[in-house]
Amino acid sequence: MTPFWLRWLGSVLGQAAFVAAAVGTLCFFLTRSLPGDMAFRIAAGRYGYDMVNADAAQAVRDELGLDASAWQQLLRWLGDLLQGRLGTSMVSGDSVMSEIAHQLGATLHLSVVAWGLGILLGVMLGTAAAIRGGWTLRLMDALCTLLRASPAFLIGIVLMLYFAVTLQWFPVAGHDEEGSIVLPAFTLALALCAGIAQVVCTRLQRVLRSDAFEYAQTKGLPLGAALWRHAAPAVALPALAYAGVQLVLLVEGVVVVESLFAWPGIGHALLHAVVSRDVPMVQGTALTMGLVFVLLHAAVDLAVKLLDPRQGERDDATWAATQAARQTP
Amino acid sequence: MRSIAPYADSAGKNRRFPLNTSLPLVILLAIGCVAIPSLWLAADPHAQNLASTLKAPSAAHWLGTDHLGRDQLARLGEALRISLGLALASSLLAVWLGAGLGLLAAWRGGWTERACSLAADAVAAIPALLWVLLIAAIAPGQKWALYSGLVLTAWVEFYRTVRPVARGVLLGEQVQASRLLGFAPLYVLRWHVWPTLAGSLLKLWSYAVAGAVLAVAALGFVGIGIRPPTAELGLMMTEALPYHSEAPWLLAAPVVALLVTVMTLQAAAKRWAGGAT
Repeated sequence: MTPFWLRWLGSVLGQAAFVAAAVGTLCFFLTRSLPGDMAFRIAAGRYGYDMVNADAAQAVRDELGLDASAWQQLLRWLGDLLQGRLGTSMVSGDSVMSEIAHQLGATLHLSVVAWGLGILLGVMLGTAAAIRGGWTLRLMDALCTLLRASPAFLIGIVLMLYFAVTLQWFPVAGHDEEGSIVLPAFTLALALCAGIAQVVCTRLQRVLRSDAFEYAQTKGLPLGAALWRHAAPAVALPALAYAGVQLVLLVEGVVVVESLFAWPGIGHALLHAVVSRDVPMVQGTALTMGLVFVLLHAAVDLAVKLLDPRQGERDDATWAATQAARQTP
Repeated sequence: MRSIAPYADSAGKNRRFPLNTSLPLVILLAIGCVAIPSLWLAADPHAQNLASTLKAPSAAHWLGTDHLGRDQLARLGEALRISLGLALASSLLAVWLGAGLGLLAAWRGGWTERACSLAADAVAAIPALLWVLLIAAIAPGQKWALYSGLVLTAWVEFYRTVRPVARGVLLGEQVQASRLLGFAPLYVLRWHVWPTLAGSLLKLWSYAVAGAVLAVAALGFVGIGIRPPTAELGLMMTEALPYHSEAPWLLAAPVVALLVTVMTLQAAAKRWAGGAT
């Protein structure tokens, strides 16, 4: 049996390689699907539209090997990607690397705040519902059902119209003003917290019914201490595994929420690049998002493994967490 | 000669089936009624009338008119038809693909299983929306691009559910006895594997439809998916957003339609699953 860390490293590297290959290939076909002759397009970009003629286009074609077969061109494209040559943005003219370095900071800022807020909200909601029971439980269940059915952009619209337009507490969109992170972060956090709250609630109810917990209270431990010592370890693991599953929601939410609130991050840039058919930027941003996703997933796997060495395969843990979240509490 | 044993535990579930499913089915039928009659009787969803824009709901226009004077009910019908049509079609293909590969992997094991699992892991390495976004970018506004993107990302979950369950059943004593008695693989699939899988497949399928509806709406909202003037739920929200104070009903219609559709599908998934995992 190979040691765990070796398998872990292998899966991270394998997934990263696949992400790069898939994004690179898709972007290659995206370039080829653009209308017009590529040689003429590149020549126009270099010499200006007035200076383009068939000779200039032919010179470009010879130089870049555009006559080569699609397979050879694809291989060269992926070779460039492997060497980290992402090119320059067709819109701003800056290098893709520098643009992404700038945007990644904004996106990470938003994601970290949102993820933390989402887990905090989810744990608080789930704990309150499991302990109080009764109408608190029913209220939480209804809220979670509603939130799980609403896509992030819908939550964003509601928050924006109410808190920014009607009450004018926070800026509608943007990045520079005071408090502009509140609405996008809360939008993502609300989208994330429903699932976590349900997982926490289901697991906590099971612990509260257990003999061990009853005994802990019978021997005189205050509720808080009993919760911390007996319930927290049992709830933390599925909650963390589920938070890992929800990374998909976070990454997908970031794309939409950033563009809704004009947050200058990777997702916003990706959508802009897709609309303006700026292929180098599409490739760079999609690649960054994919790699960050793989890294975060691997980090959650590692954390789950460290917290509970009993866990077998990663798929089992996350799959069980998904199933647990889907059962009606 | 039919074996009774594998059927025994699903009998109770089958009896409970009609009662539990009635409410979601009624709501889904109602959604279908909005979507389908617009094929032949309601107004043209693209006919503009600039003399009567942003009208409140009335007898002539049940849900009012939008900023170009188009009938909102007709547009809602077209949007629901496109969303549900894309979602149903893509998730049906995904069920066949995922369940088929899962069964194949469980049956053959070895290299087949490893190759299928590797493909599933590879697809799951990139978030679903990113896949659909990149594929939709190659052919902007084309439905087949959305469709293939949705299928590509949806089959993984069916595969991951079917493979371990089917493997457990296929390695069990019942299947061994069945094979020794000379029953064909198809018989084993129908009477041993299918009863254990049906519940969870139906549930996952319902979730997959809901997920696809949400994905199509999200892409429409950010302007990547379906192109105007075709009506689409997310696109209708983007179009109605600037008029939220003059015509709140314009924004409410697609929002309510989306929420009801997705919540019904998710509720149906919970009920259809019954006691299954």
